[in-house]
Amino acid sequence: MEVLAASGLRLDLDIFDYLILILYFGTVLGVGFAARRAIKTSADFFLSGRSMPAWVTGLAFVSANLGALEILGMAANGAQYGLMTLHYYWIGAVPAMVFLGIVMMPFYYGSKVHSVPEFLRRRFNNSTHLFNAVSFAVAQVLIAGVNLFALALILQALLGWPLWVSIGLGAAIVLIYIGIGGLSSAIYNEVLQFFVIVAGLLPITIVGLVKVGGIDGLFEKVRQSPLGEAGLHTWADTATSDNPLGANWIGIIFGLGFVLSFGYWTTNFAEVQRALSAKDMSAARRTPIIGAFPKLVIPVVTVIPGLIALVTVKGLGAEEGDLTYNNAIPLLMRDLLPNGVLGVAVTGLLASFMAGMAANVSGFNTVFTYDIWQPYIRKGRSDDYYLKVGRWATFGGVVIGIGTAFIAAGYDNIMNYIQALFSLFNAPLFATFIVGMFWKRMSAWAGFWSLLLGFLASLALYLGHITETIHFNSDLEESFWGAGAAFVTAVVVAILVTLFTPPKPEEELRGLVYGLAGSSTSGEVIISGDKVWWRNPVLLGAIAVVLAFVLYIPVW
Amino acid sequence: MAEDQKKVSAAARLFDVRRVIGGLFVVYGVIVTLLGIFDNQSEIDKAQGVRINLWMGLAMLALGLFFLLWLRLSPPKPPETKDAEDQ
Repeated sequence: MEVLAASGLRLDLDIFDYLILILYFGTVLGVGFAARRAIKTSADFFLSGRSMPAWVTGLAFVSANLGALEILGMAANGAQYGLMTLHYYWIGAVPAMVFLGIVMMPFYYGSKVHSVPEFLRRRFNNSTHLFNAVSFAVAQVLIAGVNLFALALILQALLGWPLWVSIGLGAAIVLIYIGIGGLSSAIYNEVLQFFVIVAGLLPITIVGLVKVGGIDGLFEKVRQSPLGEAGLHTWADTATSDNPLGANWIGIIFGLGFVLSFGYWTTNFAEVQRALSAKDMSAARRTPIIGAFPKLVIPVVTVIPGLIALVTVKGLGAEEGDLTYNNAIPLLMRDLLPNGVLGVAVTGLLASFMAGMAANVSGFNTVFTYDIWQPYIRKGRSDDYYLKVGRWATFGGVVIGIGTAFIAAGYDNIMNYIQALFSLFNAPLFATFIVGMFWKRMSAWAGFWSLLLGFLASLALYLGHITETIHFNSDLEESFWGAGAAFVTAVVVAILVTLFTPPKPEEELRGLVYGLAGSSTSGEVIISGDKVWWRNPVLLGAIAVVLAFVLYIPVW
Repeated sequence: MAEDQKKVSAAARLFDVRRVIGGLFVVYGVIVTLLGIFDNQSEIDKAQGVRINLWMGLAMLALGLFFLLWLRLSPPKPPETKDAEDQ
C-alpha cells in the first residue's frame, strides 16, 4: 500500500472541493453533539436505545461494510479478475445477509443480548464468552488501526498530507463523534456516508462509461485487454480453476459463498450491532435484508470502474508504483473528475475510511464494557458508571488504534492481513454458532472447545503459510483453506465434546436454540413476519436472492 | 440484562437522520450545480464532454429535497413508552 504515497496520484483540489470536505466533517461532528443530547443511559450509547427504523439500520448495515478498503479493493479485483469479482457480492454476501435476517435475527434480537459474545455466554458458558469477547476486542482495534493507516496513506497520496497529521486528525474526529454520540452517532454517519460515497463514485462510472463507449464499448475493450473474454464471465469457466479468480465452482459456492460469507455476515458483531439497535423485531430482521438490495448494485460503482481503469489507464497492474490495481479508483478520479464532483468523491472516500474505523470502535467499546468490564471486572455498578466506562473504552480503543496503525505501517499487504484475521476469528465462530443454534444437545463446554480448537486449526495453517512450511498458491487460497479447516474442526469438536459432557438444562436455552421456542423464536415467528407484506422479511429476502440469480444471467 | 431496557430513554428517538442527509445534500447540490453552470470548457472536456457537475449537482439537490420533504410529510413520532414486547 505504501506505493500510494508516490506523488503521481496527487489531485488538484480547489477551494470548493475543500469546502465540500469541510462541510462534511462539520456535519459529522454536529451529529455527534446532537446525539449527545439524546443519550441518557448506557443502552442509548451502545444500542441507540433500540430505536432505529429499519431503513436506517439497513443502510448502516451495508455502510459499515462499505469501507474504503472494500471499495478500493473491489475495484482492484474488478481490474484484476474481471466480472468474477461479482461473486463477492451476489453469492458472497446476499445469501448470508438474507439468512441472517430470516433465520438468525430472531435469536439475536429476541434474546435481548447486547452483543454476539453475550449470546455465547447465554448459550454456552463464561469461558466461551470471555474467549470470544477478548478475541473480538483485539481484532477490532487491529482493524481500526488498519483503517486509520490506510486513510492516512490515501490522504498522503491524494492531497499530500503527512501521515502523522492524517492519523491524528482521523483519530480525533472518530474519537469525538463516537465518544460523544455513541452508536447513534456512528449509525447516522454511516447512513450519511452511504449517500456521499455513492454520489462521489457515480460520476466516475458515468464519465468512464461515456469515455469507453458505454457498456458494449467497455466489454469490447476488455475482450482486447490481457484479461480477455474470461474477464466477462462469472460462472462459464468455473468447471476447473482455470479462470481469472483461480477457483472452481465448488470453491466459490462453499468457500466464498458459505464459510467465509456466512462467517463474516452472521457473526461479525460490528455488523450485527446495527440490527440490534433496530426499534423492533421486524425492523431488526429487515435490517440485513434491506442492506442486501444496495449490496446487489454496489458493483456498478466498484467493479465497473475497475474494468474502466483496466482499459483506459495504460500500464495498470504494475507490481509497484502508481499503477497498481489498488489505485484504480484514485487514478480515475484524477483523470476524469472536474473540481466539484472531485471534492464529493474525495469526501466519500475519507468518510468511508472513518465509517469503517467508527464501526470497529463502536463494536469494541460495547464488547469491552458489556462483555469484559461489567461481568468480569466491576460487577453491579450503576448505569452511569458503565456509560462512563464506555466513553473511556472508546478513548482507549482509538489510542490503541493509533498504535496499531503504526504497526500496520510495517506490513506491505494490508488486505491479506485483514483476510487472515477473518479466517482466524469468524470461521470457527460461525461453526460454533450454527451448531449451537440448531442442536439443543450441544453442551456448554463443547462451545468453548470448538471455538478454541477451530481458531487453532486456522492459526496453524496461517503460521504454516507465513513460515512457508505448508505450501499455498496464494494468500487468498490460504484464507479459504484456513476458514474451511476452522469450520470443519469446530463442527467435529462440537460433536465430540458434546458426547462426553452434560447438556445444558432446556430451561436455560429457551429463546436461544431452534426448537426451544421462547416468545420470539418459534418456527412460526421465523416463517411469518410483519402484517404488511412489503415489510415481510421472508418475502423481501426471497426477492433479494432471486434478484442475485437474475443479475448473474447476462454475465454468467 | 433487562434493566437497561426499562431505562432506554425516549430522547434517543427525537432527532432525525433525514434532516441531516437532506440538509447536507441540499447544500452540496447548490454548490455543485453552481459550479456546473460556470464550468469552463477544459473542465467539461476532462469529463468527456459530460456536464457532470451540473447533473450530479441537480441529482444531489433532488435527493436532499426528497429527504426534507419526507421528513415534512411524516415527522418523527413523539416519544412513547416502549412496547410491551420489548420489556
